[in-house]
Amino acid sequence: MSTLVIAEHDNSALSGATLNAVTAAQALGADIDILVAGANCAAVGEQAAAVAGVNKVLVADNAAYEHQLAENVALLIAEVGANYDNVVSPATSNGKNTMPRVAALLDVAQISDIIGVESADTFKRPIYAGNVIATVQTSDAKKVITVRTTAFDAAAAEGGSASVEAVGAVHDAGISTFVGEELAKSDRPELTAAPVVISGGRGMQNGDNFKLLDGIADKLGAAIGASRAAVDAGFVPNDMQVGQTGKIVAPDLYIAVGISGAIQHLAGMKDSKVIVAINKDEDAPIFQVADYGLVADLFDALPELEAKL
Amino acid sequence: MKVLVAVKRVVDYNVKVRAKGDGSDVDLNNVKMAINPFCEIAVEEAVRLKEAGVATEVIAVSVGEKACQEQIRTALALGADRGIQVETEGSVEPLVVAKLLKGVVEKEQPQLVILGKQSIDGDNNQTGQMLGALTNMAQGTFASEVKIDGETVNVTREVDGGLQTVQLKLPAIVTTDLRLNEPRYASLPNIMKAKKKQLDVYSPADLGVEVKSHLSQLKVEPPAERQAGIKVEDVDQLVDKLKNEAKVI
Ligand SMILES: Cc1cc2nc3c(=O)[nH]c(=O)nc-3n(C[C@H](O)[C@H](O)[C@H](O)COP(=O)(O)OP(=O)(O)OC[C@H]3O[C@@H](n4cnc5c(N)ncnc54)[C@H](O)[C@@H]3O)c2cc1C
Ligand SMILES: Nc1ncnc2c1ncn2[C@@H]1O[C@H](COP(=O)(O)O)[C@@H](O)[C@H]1O
Repeated sequence: MSTLVIAEHDNSALSGATLNAVTAAQALGADIDILVAGANCAAVGEQAAAVAGVNKVLVADNAAYEHQLAENVALLIAEVGANYDNVVSPATSNGKNTMPRVAALLDVAQISDIIGVESADTFKRPIYAGNVIATVQTSDAKKVITVRTTAFDAAAAEGGSASVEAVGAVHDAGISTFVGEELAKSDRPELTAAPVVISGGRGMQNGDNFKLLDGIADKLGAAIGASRAAVDAGFVPNDMQVGQTGKIVAPDLYIAVGISGAIQHLAGMKDSKVIVAINKDEDAPIFQVADYGLVADLFDALPELEAKL
Repeated sequence: MKVLVAVKRVVDYNVKVRAKGDGSDVDLNNVKMAINPFCEIAVEEAVRLKEAGVATEVIAVSVGEKACQEQIRTALALGADRGIQVETEGSVEPLVVAKLLKGVVEKEQPQLVILGKQSIDGDNNQTGQMLGALTNMAQGTFASEVKIDGETVNVTREVDGGLQTVQLKLPAIVTTDLRLNEPRYASLPNIMKAKKKQLDVYSPADLGVEVKSHLSQLKVEPPAERQAGIKVEDVDQLVDKLKNEAKVI
């Protein structure tokens, strides 16, 4: 039995999400290889080779893979993956974009966003915005899986000594091209991996007021998130959305400020260890999941909290 | 240019769905059903393309039991021109939906297929991408902006790090994210008109597809429940609790 894990990276650094996927892959009980598809991505291949428990790293280094265009990368993964029993990717936006294409090329079902491995063919995954956990079994010999990274610990980034091999296969479907990107620049930890997250909702009233979260985030080493309402209203960019259809977070401490606690928001944060809610409405549903609720006007509470931390 | 829109019948997004006591399935007795919110955004986008003179015809397709004709009618009331139901027993897996949609694509030859990024019941996020692979079409998933330009379409995508724009050759596939547009409400006259629009029904066999399931749901269960905690009096008490009780700061 063998498992191919698809590396998440930006052509220079291996993303932590890959390490969570490796842990999920280990639970499948097979040998693990990692595929790095990218351009000028040799450094990523070396980092992947250092991950504990990895057997072999395959590096497909070609311009066609530079921007992870699904049309190209899926052809590569389907070809390389044909030799494996399992193909596993973190459920990042790249994984979500590419893996279903791989599954369809291999004519198998995809099991999305798993949070547990029951056995080699049986998995747990949340459905209905996490209000229900389903146990699903696949009859496909080959499994295509995406992994909810918050549900699995990170494998050790060091200690492994996998061999590195180049993969020659070049797949350029020729139907899509990369035009450009606007990536958020931030010195803060990455939202999905931060130990502390502080999120603002519609109650923040505007984008400027999100500055009220900055000082607290600085003191706690926190990432800043948001509800859909705050993103839709244009207070903050889309990559900050936490929830069923945004990012899933599970930090040690989650602080929800001016967020009512809709099902879809809870789906993205209710596995946090400790939840704090600050809301002026004492009946807000967020208090039903909060370990510590503070009924207060956020414009009073936030400056005071920053001062007292 | 023809635009095909895939709409799915799902539990209304306001419903908090629960697992049945015996764990056999979710309890959907008497719950309100609706068009998947992402599909509503897909319909709106297609209708706007028609209003802008880019699209000539908008076809709404749904795969499911007869009841999903309700959601096709909703799409027709929002401005789609005609509907197609592919009749299946019960719900089918994304791979099968994608195969059936491929059959419809072959019949209708649309230049653009718009789907939701995710159905809010199964939270799969697969069907559009699978259809892309099966038809060898390019895909612009999680779209927040769609611009048709002659033989190509530029799609701005919501990705983990921010936004990415790709250019796709037509025919292509788009899956919608929340910021693509704000769907309109159907007016009463349009709801009446929708009842008269053409709605064809196909069987999977008509499309040459064998419905086969790869996955079986062994059980469902509620997630670990969180207990509501306490309300603190003030910021001082909050800081004290976080430091000394929860020990997270
Ligand atoms: C298909 C679909 C997908 C969705 N996906 C997501 C998702 O991924 N993530 C997500 O978050 N939402 C999602 N939503 C939206 C979700 O249903 C809610 O609409 C959204 O979470 C509400 O955001 P909010 O809590 O910031 O706003 P509101 O519900 O408007 O709540 C604002 C809160 O701020 C409080 N408040 C106001 N002023 C103050 C003040 N001065 N001090 C203190 N408190 C104050 C109010 O009491 C209120 O509780 C989705 C919806 C749909 C239909
Ligand atoms: N049964 C169905 N009928 C029509 N469209 C569907 C169906 N299932 C999925 N889709 C489309 O595929 C999108 C993504 O669904 P999913 O892959 O299940 O998350 C939905 O928003 C729909 O546009």
